[in-house]
Amino acid sequence: MTIGSPDTLAVELVDVDKAFYGVKANDRVNFQLARGEIHALLGENGAGKSTLCSILAGLYRPDAGEMFLEGRAVTFKSPKDALAAGIGMVYQHFRLVPNLTVAENFALGYPDVGFRLEEKELYRAAEELGERYGLPVDPSARIWQLSVGEQQRVEILKLLYRNAKVLILDEPTAVLTPQESTALFATMRQMAAEGRSVIFVSHKLHEVKEVSDQVTVLRDGKVVAGVATKDAEPADLARMMVGRDLVLPTRDPQTEFGPIMLSVDGLRVQDDRGLEAVSGVSFDVRAGEIVGVAGVSGNGQRELAYGLFGLRALTSGTVTIDGVDITEASVLEHIESGFAYIPQARLEMGLAPGMTTEDNLALKAFWHAPYSKGRRLVASAFRDEGTRQIEQYDIRGVRPGLPIRLLSGGNLQKALVAREVELKSKILIARSPTRGLDVGATEVVRNLILAERSRGIGVLLISEDLDELLALSDRILVLYEGEVVGEMPCEEATAERLGLLMAGQREIVSP
Amino acid sequence: MNESLLILTAVAAISLGTPLIFATVGEIITERAGILNLGVQGMMLVGAVSGFWATFVSGSLILGVVVAMVAAAGLAAVHAFTSITLRVSQIVSGLALTLFGTGLASFLGRAGSEPLVGSPSRKVFVPLLDGAMTEIPVVGPLLFGHDALVYLAVIVAGVASYYLFHTHLGLSLRAVGEDPASAESAGVNVTWVRYAHVMVGGALAGLGGAYFSLALVPTWQDDPIGAAGWIAIALVILASWRPWRAVFAAYLFGAAERFQFTLQTLGEPWSNVPSTLLAMLPFVLAIVAMIVLTSGKRARFLGAPAALGIPYFREQR
Repeated sequence: MTIGSPDTLAVELVDVDKAFYGVKANDRVNFQLARGEIHALLGENGAGKSTLCSILAGLYRPDAGEMFLEGRAVTFKSPKDALAAGIGMVYQHFRLVPNLTVAENFALGYPDVGFRLEEKELYRAAEELGERYGLPVDPSARIWQLSVGEQQRVEILKLLYRNAKVLILDEPTAVLTPQESTALFATMRQMAAEGRSVIFVSHKLHEVKEVSDQVTVLRDGKVVAGVATKDAEPADLARMMVGRDLVLPTRDPQTEFGPIMLSVDGLRVQDDRGLEAVSGVSFDVRAGEIVGVAGVSGNGQRELAYGLFGLRALTSGTVTIDGVDITEASVLEHIESGFAYIPQARLEMGLAPGMTTEDNLALKAFWHAPYSKGRRLVASAFRDEGTRQIEQYDIRGVRPGLPIRLLSGGNLQKALVAREVELKSKILIARSPTRGLDVGATEVVRNLILAERSRGIGVLLISEDLDELLALSDRILVLYEGEVVGEMPCEEATAERLGLLMAGQREIVSP
Repeated sequence: MNESLLILTAVAAISLGTPLIFATVGEIITERAGILNLGVQGMMLVGAVSGFWATFVSGSLILGVVVAMVAAAGLAAVHAFTSITLRVSQIVSGLALTLFGTGLASFLGRAGSEPLVGSPSRKVFVPLLDGAMTEIPVVGPLLFGHDALVYLAVIVAGVASYYLFHTHLGLSLRAVGEDPASAESAGVNVTWVRYAHVMVGGALAGLGGAYFSLALVPTWQDDPIGAAGWIAIALVILASWRPWRAVFAAYLFGAAERFQFTLQTLGEPWSNVPSTLLAMLPFVLAIVAMIVLTSGKRARFLGAPAALGIPYFREQR
């Protein structure tokens, strides 16, 4: 029952079902991908985009339904089969082996090769491909030495090296600067012009509008719309995605702030390798103010947050919260003196994945009443407080006794933010709080952060998402190679200006 | 200590180190696939008894070696099944393998109407190139006059090293041990790679075991290999997961083992030290070497496979 001509159709899915733990991630999904097309896949977290992509890439096997490749029915047992058929995927979490070189990652799993590893040959091929597609890479570099943007290039080149006809890019722009995204779009268009098909997964509506030819919108595992991009307005797409009108919250402009809540002076922090990652950073955050920290990933954001929260010893500098010096304080003392912290790695650092949602919600507050009576824990308080917070913060999918890691990304983040907000802190440090979240969850998290601002605490928002920084921050700092290279009130900031600073171009101040 | 004593120690170190090379290279191959197999001791013992038995029955050394490798690979296949397919704890499964293998070897040695225990081997690996060449000062006794398996061990380490770093299959193996999810996305069959290399690792452990019963102490006794299997697991770390370094690590340990015997023969004041205390020397050496190697910043560059010991499940979420 192939619809459309097999001559122009690269891939078609018919009535595909896939369930996890009884929850339907894909529900009778129909999807058509034309040859030479850039096809955007839109949807909230848990809408089934990643599942759909993983089925196409052979990682998951559908429970039911059929897949056609250029008109022929196919079944993939593994990603190997999909790759052999010309379908490759760049996952959101890159699938590169960190300890191997770029060239070795190219060769890994490559079919039809001899016994020996021809390194010279690989180097040449990698360089040639990089040149042809404007994606330069050093083939002898090890993956862990590369920036996130470079790793993404390697992923794309790896697929082109195998001459993939269908390339699936799962949220590729989430880790890029605006300029890098623009370059990526050019590469995507070049690939499409060669007759390859590109599936582009994104939450950012303006990007979908900018680069794609066709859009498919998923909601709750079902396809709710499939339209030509030129016929759809961003607002329409957003409505289709969440099923209601939605405008992401932004701050109300304000110029009066309270006293200084957080004061940082001459902060120096080392990274894991013992090299200086934060080089003399100073700034203040006032009550009722959101200070944004922009920067490309790996420019000292992680170490800045660790240093502020006491997770890593400072080389030098002082940190004061509400007038109290906490430079030497332990993590627990940070929490007790009014620090709340939303780390970037939700499951790794923010939550204990194997514990229940209720326990996770109590994780920072269980030292005190109502969770504790003296040195004893009060089981009923964990239950009651948990139930209240799960309801109040609209955390969905919680099943009693089951570990929190089974929740979707958006609900995990709601739980994490809820726990930090419940601390009633004086300072909130949030790192990429809406990274990878869908529009609905983003709305909830943004509102919670804005509510903290209204409550009159200081918020430090460290993010790689410029849209978010521009929407929420009162003031924006730009971090580049561990230094603050720019500072401006939000009104004077634009994506272009921030993008240039993030790329290391210092501004020439005209006298 | 005079020069000849030093050379004697070195020559003995080569013999004592040879079974350790086989077992260590085998465990390196296993761990490079991301599977920790603590059953080396058990696999070596089963290799020792089955190799001894096969040679005892058939009179063929080659057959003895082959049977030893197949038997130990079979035992490794059990570990592969539990840790790859069933995804149980690799530590528990490996320890069970050692307990089972130890018991099985002891049982087989005593089973039947004509038990193996106490019997000398019908055939023994004999020194090659023995004669004039061993008369060459210093290098003569070091390079010549060893049995075939001594040379084979070095060749095995060389081949394993080339395989690991210069072939496509070796690359797949390393990738599977580092990051199975990425390897699978690149089209590598993770399950197959793991099974194959766990069994190859087992076969080499079996060969190491057979070296004890067919060359080093060619009479069947209940516990012919000492703690060689455990030492091999430690030597993997000492060799930082590189087959070539395993040769040196194994010889170093062999030298230490020999050295403590030498000390006992040196008279005062060493003869006053209880021999049991001196017997601990090689193990103390292994522990110290590991502490020095794995402490502090060096540990990161050591090369432990990142996915070692972690079961892989594709549809994990």
